[in-house]
Amino acid sequence: MAEPHGSTASGQGAPAGAGTGGGTATASALLEVQGLTTSYGPVRALDGVSLRAEAGRITAVLGANGAGKTTLLRTISGLVRPTSGQVLLDGQDITRAPVEAMVHKGMAHVPEGRGVIAELTVDENLRVGSLFRGKVGREEFDRVYDLFPRIAERRENPAHTLSGGERQMLVIGRALLARPRVLLLDEPSLGLAPRIVAQIFGLVRQLVDSENLSVLLVEQNARSALSVADTGVVLNLGRVVVTDDARTLAADEDLRHAYLGF
Amino acid sequence: MSETQTPTGEPGAASDDAPSTATAAANASPARATGRRSFLPRLTLLRHLLILVVGAALAVLLLESTELNTNIKLGNVAYLAVAAGGLTLLTGLSGQISLGHGALMAVGAYTTALMLDVERGDEPPSLFLVFLAAIAATTVVGALVGVAAARLHGPYLAGATLALAVGIPGLALYFSDTLGGEQGITVRPPERPEWFDNAVEQLSGASGRGLNDKWVAYIAVACLLVTYFFLANLMRSRMGRTWRAVRDQEVAAELAGISLGSWRVLAFVVSAAAAGLAGAVLAIVVQLAAPGSFLPVLSLSLLTAVVIGGLGSLTGALLGSALLVFLPPWLIDIGRDVFDMEEAQASQASFVVYGLLLVVTMLFAPAGLVGTVRLALLRRRAARATAAAGGR
Amino acid sequence: MEQFLSLTLGGVVSGSVYAAFALALVLIWRSTRIVNFAQGSMAAATTFIAVAVIDAGGSYWLALVVALLSGLVMGALIERVVIRPVEGGPELNAVIVTLGLFVAIQGIVALVAGVDERAFVPPFSKVGYEVREGFTLLSLSPNSIWTVAAVLVTMLALTALFRFTRVGLAMRASAFGQEVARLLGVRVGRMLTLGWALAAAVGALAGMLIAGDVSFVGPTFMDTLIVFGFVAAVLGGLDSPIGAVVGGLLLGLALNYVRGYLDDSLLGMASLVILVVVLLVRPGGLFSTTAARRA
Repeated sequence: MAEPHGSTASGQGAPAGAGTGGGTATASALLEVQGLTTSYGPVRALDGVSLRAEAGRITAVLGANGAGKTTLLRTISGLVRPTSGQVLLDGQDITRAPVEAMVHKGMAHVPEGRGVIAELTVDENLRVGSLFRGKVGREEFDRVYDLFPRIAERRENPAHTLSGGERQMLVIGRALLARPRVLLLDEPSLGLAPRIVAQIFGLVRQLVDSENLSVLLVEQNARSALSVADTGVVLNLGRVVVTDDARTLAADEDLRHAYLGF
Repeated sequence: MSETQTPTGEPGAASDDAPSTATAAANASPARATGRRSFLPRLTLLRHLLILVVGAALAVLLLESTELNTNIKLGNVAYLAVAAGGLTLLTGLSGQISLGHGALMAVGAYTTALMLDVERGDEPPSLFLVFLAAIAATTVVGALVGVAAARLHGPYLAGATLALAVGIPGLALYFSDTLGGEQGITVRPPERPEWFDNAVEQLSGASGRGLNDKWVAYIAVACLLVTYFFLANLMRSRMGRTWRAVRDQEVAAELAGISLGSWRVLAFVVSAAAAGLAGAVLAIVVQLAAPGSFLPVLSLSLLTAVVIGGLGSLTGALLGSALLVFLPPWLIDIGRDVFDMEEAQASQASFVVYGLLLVVTMLFAPAGLVGTVRLALLRRRAARATAAAGGR
Repeated sequence: MEQFLSLTLGGVVSGSVYAAFALALVLIWRSTRIVNFAQGSMAAATTFIAVAVIDAGGSYWLALVVALLSGLVMGALIERVVIRPVEGGPELNAVIVTLGLFVAIQGIVALVAGVDERAFVPPFSKVGYEVREGFTLLSLSPNSIWTVAAVLVTMLALTALFRFTRVGLAMRASAFGQEVARLLGVRVGRMLTLGWALAAAVGALAGMLIAGDVSFVGPTFMDTLIVFGFVAAVLGGLDSPIGAVVGGLLLGLALNYVRGYLDDSLLGMASLVILVVVLLVRPGGLFSTTAARRA
């Protein structure tokens, strides 16, 4: 249902100038996951995972391949159903809500593998992102194009002609058109050159600060992720190993060696 | 990345020869029979021989204890089951679908009819030779189709073989001078040996005009038994295992040096041979080869028999074929007596039932009749084993 | 030369019907990766409903509307009830379900309407125009013009729907990226239902047109059309609506030459040969691009 949207988001024009909403430091988490357990047949991909993601903050979920990171996001957005546990958004239980309803509740999920719809043009991809909101003004699209000038040049091209970095920009821009309060990002750095990764992470940081977004960032590239995140959650074999301040985690050499591979 | 979308399945419910999630093509007879049989394949052969003998005895009993009318119907069951057996090997084992088996039967039937044409005055060749020729001709056509089919899958293969089913009857019309056009070719009934009359008289005391139909029914049932004996051994053999690997583990099979294409073609060829024999038997049972007998709906009926019986199971194919023969008269009676329909119209009810059975089977019991029962048995055994292990 | 001209025009007419039928198959294939083998039976059923309307005194046009509407309803119902459970499952299961529907619906039609073929009066005259003194183009009649025009208008309407409307965009998104579309809030299930409904309506149109073209209807009269429609769709690559249209026209021409220069009875074989050659030489269809296509 139409949630009251953060007033900071309605500020038109370049988002960079808008004031940071993160200063309020509320204790209540926007997105909260409690004891989430998900199984694929006999295999437990998630085993009692709990975490919180707050407004204006980037929460990075880290861990090796197979740690359950992608499953966590897929369970949160309803693509996979958990065997137990809860997902709360603003304190409201959304564990069993249909996938299609998530954007209505203010949560956007950018899936792994840069989920562009290859057969549609760049512009059509963006339009799909705003379909559920009914009529959306042209200026909102222009804002996304301002944010990502590289895809603006290619708006009439089919999405399968884009490069990896451009696709990532497109899907993030598309998610923004849903005007989410919570953004789930699955491995945005996958297969991208370090320069592009830095560029994209910088943009995400900027958006979080200006729009008071809450981002749950799943990454294997722990070094880059921790450099941009506020909080880090380390997963191993479906369990949370540690949750702490991002800088603290990055400084913990033993942890880095054991779980983060850098 | 695609992770499996179905959480929660029951771990270790079924043993490895019956998949825990039943799919249409996952119901083949066990490749590696448990324990004792695995290192003594000769026992499998002996077991099949025993089943063959028992089956033959049962067949004689059945044919002698029923009326002539039923004899003819059993002959019909036999040739449908021969074709369905071939289709079972193809779809159940190798995982390829064919809607063209009715057309392949037509090839066998027309070969037979050409050799046993009533209008030919000369001494007819022996039935054995005729059957061999029918099988050979169909095998050639089957190999041609198989080469194309090996590169297709799922809906593409279904569409291509459906085109075959629609196309082949047209040939009989186009070459109407040799193939008799719409009327088809009337087939001369096979000569029955004297010993048969004596034997039947000894057994059930039957004699007279109907004996010819009885002889034909015996031939049909004999063909069925021989075909199933052959197919059963093939399915349990190393070849059967290879086909299953080609179906379920494409990549692994290819890495193991198995040529997917040739094995698919081979499956089609074996399956076509069975369809050819089925067509030959059909020709002598109904004593006619005409395009009207080989419409696409025949192929679809065969598919029905195979699917509802249980893909990959010969027992299922036989049960399914029996249903194809015994269900329609029963439905026609209902249509005529209860709904006051004409016979031709009432006969359509059986197609409604076939179609609905196909849909319902796929939705609720994709492993088919035999597969579902087998799966349930395996589950129960596994549950009991777990309970016993836990109790200790 | 005159025969060639006549055959060519006739090929365009029957080709446009194949194109409509192929389009119906493509609409469904794109969104659910299922070839709806029941399309022919479904079209036969809707045509018989139209015949019932005409028998009750309704006009051809009323009957056409009823046929299209019943196609919409039938398509939606079938998708919801029996197709939904096999969507995304093993492809053989879906094939067998649509084949089951093929047999069942055909049986129901025959059970209700009888097995005999019946006459069907086309809406316009089938007498060919006399293009010049003593030369009548048999294949160019008011009814053949109506047939081609009806298909053309349908194509344009569908193109407009997909290109310019929000529902059309949602349908394409659902077809090409189900999961992504769901994450973006598109009600994919509804879009798939709508796709089946539209496809069945297009199939219903093809049924009405072919019935007018051959002047009769029967429970099995669409059996060959499902094959021709499938071949036409494969010619065009199964994924592309435009490909389906071009494929339909090409097949119509090819088959009409076979009909004219050889014999009617070879049409099935000819379509099989065309299909096999295309599948072996260009499995992605005549116009396949190197874009992200699943083989």
